[in-house]
Parts: sequence; C-alpha cells; structure tokens
Amino acid sequence: MYVAVKGGERAIARSLELLAEARRGDTAVPELELAQIRQQLRLGVARVMQEGSLYDEDLAALAIRQAAGDMQEAIFLLRAYRTTLPRFGYSEPLATQAMRVRRRVSGTFKDVPGGQVLGPTYDYTQRLLEFGASAASNTVEADEPLATTMPRVLDLLDAEALIERIDPGSDPEPTDLTRDPLMFPADRATRLQNLARGDEGFLLGMAYSTQRGYAESHPFAGEIRMGEVDVLICPEELGFAIEIGEITLTECQMINQFHGGNGVPPQFTRGYGLSMGEGERKAMAMALVDRSLRCDELGEPAYAPAQNQEFVLSHSDNVEASGFVQHLKLPHYVDFQAELSLLRTLAAQQRKAAGTEALA
Amino acid sequence: MDTSPHLARPQWMSLLAQAEPAELAAAMAPFAPPAHATWLRPPQTGLYMLRGRIGGTGPQFNLGEVSVTRCSVQIDGHIGHAWVRGGNTKHAELAACADAWLQASDKHPQLSAQVLEPLRQSLQARREAASRKAAASKVEFFTVVRGE
Repeated sequence: MYVAVKGGERAIARSLELLAEARRGDTAVPELELAQIRQQLRLGVARVMQEGSLYDEDLAALAIRQAAGDMQEAIFLLRAYRTTLPRFGYSEPLATQAMRVRRRVSGTFKDVPGGQVLGPTYDYTQRLLEFGASAASNTVEADEPLATTMPRVLDLLDAEALIERIDPGSDPEPTDLTRDPLMFPADRATRLQNLARGDEGFLLGMAYSTQRGYAESHPFAGEIRMGEVDVLICPEELGFAIEIGEITLTECQMINQFHGGNGVPPQFTRGYGLSMGEGERKAMAMALVDRSLRCDELGEPAYAPAQNQEFVLSHSDNVEASGFVQHLKLPHYVDFQAELSLLRTLAAQQRKAAGTEALA
Repeated sequence: MDTSPHLARPQWMSLLAQAEPAELAAAMAPFAPPAHATWLRPPQTGLYMLRGRIGGTGPQFNLGEVSVTRCSVQIDGHIGHAWVRGGNTKHAELAACADAWLQASDKHPQLSAQVLEPLRQSLQARREAASRKAAASKVEFFTVVRGE
C-alpha cells in the first residue's frame, strides 16, 4: 500500500523565509555586490564555473551569493540554470598553444624556451593570516612583454621521440555527456568531459591515491600554463570563424613513466588536465586521474580505485553525489515503518523462542 | 599618416566581441541604432559547448559550456550579426549595429576610424600590460658553483 501524505506547506514557507534572512545576515552590513564576488573571490567563481560546467562569471557570482558561499549548492544552481538556455552549437577547439600566458611553470626542465613565469600564485606565500585590510599592490611591469607564443614543454621531448605523440587522428565527434548517457567502457574524450565536470575534492583524493601507490603513476608536471585563450565559433549564418571573446584556462600536461607494453616501446606518456579560470589544483588532479584511467589502453595491471573507470566516473559528479546522499533527509516513513515492523516481528519471535527454551 | 591595419569582416566582428562593453558603448555613442533599424533577431542568450583537444593536440573532447549572446539587425539593407561571450545584450546589440554599418561603404571609414581603431589599440594595450606584469614574475635562475 502506498500512502500519500500532505502537509507542511506553511512550515516550508517559513523555512524559506528563515533561509533568506540567514543568507542576508545583518542588514546594517551592505549586501555583497556581484562585482566584489567576481573579482575578490575569483577562484571560487572559477570552481563554480568549472564544476557547474558553464563559463559565465556573472552567473557563477550570483550563484555563490545565493548559496551563501556553499560551493556545491552554487554549482547545483548553475547546472540547473543552464538547462533553461538553448544550445547554439559547439566552439572550435580551444587553441591552448596560443594562450596569452600569465603563468607557466615546468617541473621537468629548468630552462624552457619562453622561461618559467610564476604569475599570481599562492605557492610562495607563507600561509600566515594577514590581519588588517589587504593593501593594494603596485604591480611592476617588465620592460618587455612575454614571447607571444610559448612553445609547449612536451614538444621538446616529442622532438626526440621520447614521449608518446598525440594526434587528432580522424578527429572524431566526441561524446557529449550533457546529451548522451555515460556508457562503459568510456573512451578518453568522454572520460575527460566527466573529469572536467567532476568534483575537485573527489579528483584530488583520487589523484593523491595514485601518488601514494594505488596505481602505476610516477608523474612529473611537464607543464602548467594559465592565461587567456580566444573562443572561436563558426556560425552557419556566416560560414567563417569569429572570436566571441576570451576565457581564462589552466592547462596541465603530466609526464608519466611507461615501461613499454602492448607493442609500444618504453617512453614517457601523458596525462591531460584542462580547467576553466585559475584552477591549477583541479587541472593537476584531472591530469593524474586521466593517466591512471588509461591503464587498459597501455596494458598496465589495474587493481587500484583510480584505475577503475566505472568507480571514478560514476562517483565524480558532486551534483549527483550530493543529491543521492542528501535525499536520505526526505521522508522515508513508509520504508522505515516496514523495516521497523519486520524487526519487531523478528524480536518477538526470538523472545518467544528464548521463552520456550527456558521452559524446556 | 594612417597606420591602422585594414580589418576584414571576421577580424572586425572578433574585435567588436573582444571589446570592453563600456568602451564599445562610448565609441558607438554617435552611432546609436537608427529608428529604421529592423531587429531580425533580438538579443538572445544561449550556450556553446567549449571543445578542447586531448593533450592540447589530440582528438577533441567537450570541456563545458560558455554563455553567448547573439543578435541580428538590418540597417539600410545591410545585415549585421553579433555573437559575444556572456549575457550582455547591450554589447551584442551595439556589435551587430557596428557590423551592419561597417558593411556600408559610406559609413565604413568613419566607423573604422572612430570605433575599430580605438578598440584595437585599447585591446592591444590591455594585453600588453598583462603580459608585461606576468613577465616581471619570470624566474632568472643562477647557478652557485661550489669551490674546489
């Protein structure tokens, strides 16, 4: 029997009012402006755009404010909003080699052509809380701008044929997980779309596990670059490609040892990560997990969680994960009553059996 | 002497989309949409799926979407289109009007000089400043040689 229960509308209405009041806080304190969030919380905005899978700083800032800084809730809001917008098409592939670099480091070569450019990073901060208002910094400008094109660090190894080459091949149309369901086994392009949308914390834990021995990893950060890339589209109305603006991207190229196998000589292999905005931790974690999920293709023994694509790809999405974990809060009165009644019956039977034994 | 480069339509459309909305609005102030402009497609915001390449050079994959506002306008028989990143409808409207007028031979020189050229210089200056700031954080390695 299924019993529908109604009620609680008034309580829900009051709850929404309490939420609005709690979100706003003391009205004597000015409300956060979206420009403040966009500029002063830019790394939070980047994360919400990346995992919300929609590059729009204004919408991400609005979502962060509405969610009172709960990033996963903000990501959920952005994902929900994107379903209301029409899809116009697909961009031309982003040309990360033409990135206007603001940060570019390599953990493998000291003297890379174009140089190591630190850019804005927390890496060299002391992690000491700075009390008082943050001082406006007077940024120094070098006499010369950076070289307009920074060669890829991995091309240096490619010239010696020491690293696997990655070509477009027949340049197949990739699966789009916003339209097609995730099917196993998933090819690398599908896996990368899933990882790009995936939760940073989950991917970071998975990536960490590969470094601690739960996969054959041995990675080096071949190159990490961050900066601006033009977005090009080719609308049917025009028949030629145009730029529609630029976006900030972080790209990570990991280099991993490979002992050879499956007819491939020993060489370095690649793991790839790409993230919207300044998202270095995400891009690095993505690159490590991308590489560990290539175990089947490279004939490596697969025994670790980070090598199991069903495990990783099915649990990476924080909107799905949060929904399923948190749905437990919803009424399960009937389910629970059924279990309670079963347990009472079993307990009664046990008591009866124990009583019979005592009498015997 | 005029040193500004001649821009073809794909280049001017790109430049209009890359412009700071406030700068575009200021440059376009004398060229407000005329009363007889026909909006063939009023501004509409939608999505493009961004594509990356595996390893930067390999097969394509879908990275995530980007919001885009598009619109089309007809002025004096010329159809102007605009696609701009984000949800700024005013930016798209102004870019579409500029695109229509830039196709009119009598208006082109004026718009080229008063709209495109300042926007091009501003974009170039913005990018160069960002690059100079980044260049200031370039690492200069030096090696310490140990004594005999």
